[in-house]
Amino acid sequence: MSEPLPVSGHPHPYPGKLITVEGIDGSGKSTQLQLLHKWLESKGHRVFFTEWNSSELVKETTKRGKKNKSLTPTTFSLLHATDFASRQYHEILPPLKAGMIVLADRYMYTAFARDVVRGVSPEWIRKLYSFAITPDMAFYFKVPIETAISRLLGGTRGQFKFYEAGMDMNLNLDMTESFRIFQSSILAQYEKIVEEFQLITMDATKDIESQQSEMRRLVGEALKDYKPRRGTHGRRTIFWRRFDDPKSE
Amino acid sequence: MVDAQYFGDGLTTLNPSDLKGKLIAIEGTDGVGRSTHIEMLQEWLEVQGYGVITTGWTRSNLMSKTIEMAKEGNILDRWSFSLLYATDFADRLEHEIIPALRSGFIVLADRYIYTALARDFVRSGNRQWARDVFGFALVPDLVCYMRIDIETLVLRVIETKGMNYWESGMDLRLGSDLYDSFKKYQSLLIEEFDKMAKEFHFEVIDARQSPDEIQAVLRSKIQPLLTTSLQSNTLPSDHLIQPAPSG
Repeated sequence: MSEPLPVSGHPHPYPGKLITVEGIDGSGKSTQLQLLHKWLESKGHRVFFTEWNSSELVKETTKRGKKNKSLTPTTFSLLHATDFASRQYHEILPPLKAGMIVLADRYMYTAFARDVVRGVSPEWIRKLYSFAITPDMAFYFKVPIETAISRLLGGTRGQFKFYEAGMDMNLNLDMTESFRIFQSSILAQYEKIVEEFQLITMDATKDIESQQSEMRRLVGEALKDYKPRRGTHGRRTIFWRRFDDPKSE
Repeated sequence: MVDAQYFGDGLTTLNPSDLKGKLIAIEGTDGVGRSTHIEMLQEWLEVQGYGVITTGWTRSNLMSKTIEMAKEGNILDRWSFSLLYATDFADRLEHEIIPALRSGFIVLADRYIYTALARDFVRSGNRQWARDVFGFALVPDLVCYMRIDIETLVLRVIETKGMNYWESGMDLRLGSDLYDSFKKYQSLLIEEFDKMAKEFHFEVIDARQSPDEIQAVLRSKIQPLLTTSLQSNTLPSDHLIQPAPSG
């Protein structure tokens, strides 16, 4: 049912590549990842995208827990780890083994930053995720808190999300102020994580195009020895034809 | 629980030495009669005037439905499998077990983290990760392990409810059919429980005895815990005069 995975902190043995992005809400990481996705596909790569907290089973449970207000920092953290485990097994591992490029919007570093701010032990959360595959490239989009706030208020979304603003933690009744306090603590955690796990820091205050061209340059360099997988579809057709021939005779 | 402590990296928000109650875990494989004995123990304790709550594996409000759904899908990998149980356990620990211990209740736990540790070890061959995951668990005051040998267990399960997919560890593909798989899977679990019994000092109870005999042994193991608690209640000890819990 399970085979040993490479020890955390060591490069994975699979032919594919795993690229992850991190950053607080409003850092622009999802936009950058989406643009990278387009570029990689245009280069003929097979790309698989996966997103934090997106497996159906766990999402339903989280929703239920939030509705009852019964989630604690520990159960919140464990539910996210369950979601991650399930996605690693079903979504991340198969494409990596198949030699594809996997793009992950948020990775275990999100838990290391956010769950610790919510009050779980930093040692415990790292042990919890010790089964996680080490990314080939992990980007961190660094942005000052005020830039993130003005982007979220003035930009595409126009408001904060309840949990992203840490409203459940009773930090402040004002949502903007609560967001400022909560996400500032997360930024401080990210600073430690960047050091500890050698994340690639991107200046997320720059405009979208210049961040993207920097990201493409770095990814392009890292993929120098990587052979793009265009799928085996064409070859398989020929393979089958050989078997079909005798029948048609 | 004056000496209460966490199994590993604990909850940062709670000092376990503030807990007054007693935590008693009843462990054992499927089909040893745990729930029947827990009911009888609760009755016996309540008659003596002790407050008792029981808590059972996968019975949390948050997770019971989720675990059922996951099992129906049969899609669990080793990590999600253990993490789902850990979430269930955390929910019960923080919402049931700790509040009850704080108020001086006796908590009878039908299975404890050792069940999860055994199941994860059988699936992975590795002990460390699951132990780390369950680091926030409180070390019980007493663990009673109702031990049964595989031959007796097989007969008992066939005679009562029959073998099911998960109790047979069918996800592990250990045998060609339910019977073979059940036997191999449960043997591996028993083997691991025996090892943990030594490591974590379980009270081992022979579950092949008659229900009356088993119940008598369980009571004799629990009795000493009650006596110490009564003795400490008669002493003017500091920890009895505490402000009401704020959380």
